[in-house]
Amino acid sequence: MPKELWKGNEAIAEAAVRAGLQAYFGYPITPQSEILEYLARRMPELGRAFVQAESELGAINMVYGAACTGARVMTSSSSPGISLMMEGISYIAGTEVPAVIVNVMRGGPGLGNIAPSQADYNQAVHGGGHGDYPRIVLAPASVQEAIDLTALAFDLAETYRMICMLILDGSLGQMMEPAEMPEMKPIVQREFDWAVTGAMNRPRRILSSIYIDPVAEEVVNFRLAKRWQEVQVREVRYKEYYLDDAEIVVVGFGTAGRIALSAVRAARAEGISVGLLRPVTVSPYPYSVIEELAKHVQGFLVTEMNMGQMFDDVRLAVQGRAPVEFYGRPGGVVPFPDEILAEIRRLASGQWSPDPDARLSWQKRMASVIQR
Amino acid sequence: MVTPTTLVYSRPQAFTDSPTHYCPGCTHGVAHRLIAEVLEEMNLISRTIGVAPVGCAVFAYNYFDTDFVEAPHGRAPAMATGIKRVLPDRIVFTYQGDGDLASIGMGEIVHAAARGENITVIFINNANYGMTGGQMAPTTLPGMKTTSSPYGRDVETQGYPIRMAEMLATLDGVGYCVRRSLHDPKNIRLAKKAIRLAFETQLRGLGFSLVELLSTCPTNWGMSPVEALRFVEERMIPVFPLGDYKVAPGVAQITVRNT
Ligand SMILES: Cc1ncc(C[n+]2csc(CCOP(=O)(O)OP(=O)(O)O)c2C)c(N)n1
Repeated sequence: MPKELWKGNEAIAEAAVRAGLQAYFGYPITPQSEILEYLARRMPELGRAFVQAESELGAINMVYGAACTGARVMTSSSSPGISLMMEGISYIAGTEVPAVIVNVMRGGPGLGNIAPSQADYNQAVHGGGHGDYPRIVLAPASVQEAIDLTALAFDLAETYRMICMLILDGSLGQMMEPAEMPEMKPIVQREFDWAVTGAMNRPRRILSSIYIDPVAEEVVNFRLAKRWQEVQVREVRYKEYYLDDAEIVVVGFGTAGRIALSAVRAARAEGISVGLLRPVTVSPYPYSVIEELAKHVQGFLVTEMNMGQMFDDVRLAVQGRAPVEFYGRPGGVVPFPDEILAEIRRLASGQWSPDPDARLSWQKRMASVIQR
Repeated sequence: MVTPTTLVYSRPQAFTDSPTHYCPGCTHGVAHRLIAEVLEEMNLISRTIGVAPVGCAVFAYNYFDTDFVEAPHGRAPAMATGIKRVLPDRIVFTYQGDGDLASIGMGEIVHAAARGENITVIFINNANYGMTGGQMAPTTLPGMKTTSSPYGRDVETQGYPIRMAEMLATLDGVGYCVRRSLHDPKNIRLAKKAIRLAFETQLRGLGFSLVELLSTCPTNWGMSPVEALRFVEERMIPVFPLGDYKVAPGVAQITVRNT
């Protein structure tokens, strides 16, 4: 298919439609509403289910119900709405049904603002709902990647009977870029051996997240962990740029990774041996890639649009073998490539942070910003 | 010995062979049985998907021989919406208590009704939170003692009971909305007829249907089963009058043979 100009949010919506989306349930919130609005037109046109729910609580539970039937189903929201969905997300995980959830993140905490942010990394990757449950989290950095990962999200969710979440920031949701859409896939009514569809010519099925006997629940927890190990082995995805001879490695996901790439290119032009690792799956996280790099590089610079959340994962992978620096802009502020370039230059000149947790040194460097 | 000619009462086909977990004298079991009988009579067992609540009926799926899911507390109407929208030719019903439906799930039930979701809701009003040990519910009567209204529900600080059937009946998406009681055989028969009509409403695509059933909770009320039945009749019915709050014209035309 030829390239067309697509806005991030609408591209995700159309990519989901082409991947065979059977039902969408959502609630308006900036900067994600275009997904809802696009599907409000598109789904009825195709005779597929669309409901604007009464709240994100309603939306996620409609997703839960539809997911129990084995239908391809999706919801989308932005940070405050995703927080409201956490109850349902935990239930979906506990019931082991597939669902795709998109979080177009905005500045927080609380009502925050509607500017681009990556502050829900920990909520998506490490936290969120109650209980021990794994989930796949994908972080696109361009409209094209958002399209490709949306299609992949449905396949991953179904293969592993797991939640697959796309996290992107509001700028990616709002921006227009040339991108290629995949062909329209026909809807296939998948015959899952777990789906609840009415017990016609088969024994009845029950889908639930309740295991009143703790021993049975323990078994479920181990089952989820085992499936997660498979995901960790098979599904880690990342992009690397100029890493072959890099002495300094910048690590960033989504938009922060994309901005870092401009900075890395500029630094290369200055003769600095720097490369970029951009995790595409932030869950499962490319720990082993970083662990391997840590053996021979001088150090790492993590850039995020938050206070340093993925930073902890990088440190976990590095295990003290090399310094891990941090540069971030939280609260809905997007860093300029120049800011990251200045950080790369600082490290190239050997000025590594004195604090064991480089976030402290970063906060000191940010004094002029904070005092504004 | 029971022979086909002497058999007058047996387990409906829509029931599994499992012992009940409900307390002696609790009418949840009666409500379950009425639903099972209706599903069998309407030949809907293999087309039905039930949505269990959080509450004493959390294990409803153990008893019905149909597909079932189990919703988060109060969210059953949203889950049912998700199921029905992708499988419109299936019969989808929720079974919910008063804490589930009228407190934590108030948003979901009102909007499912307002959208006219073509689902059936069986609503058990036992004036308290049974499963968690008898706390005050939105349906607790004024002055009624519960574990969280130990001095009796004080309407000045704890508000008034919510009449769900009346409230929901005001919504245009509702096809059928009635209140019945399970306190004696006559009322149980009327309740069954209402449940039948509710499922007929769904089957014909006539909109949202709800049957509120006044029920007992002898354990948490601290009463014998007989006293509890009398409490429903003498104390609950005056606050929650039985009646048809909405019967859409299409539903009114449905004739159901005596069951
Ligand atoms: C989010 C959430 N809050 C609270 C609970 C605890 N809880 C379980 S059952 C219940 C009340 C159920 O009462 P009701 O809906 O009246 O049904 P009954 O048990 O009386 O049949 C509560 C509060 C829960 N499971 N989930």
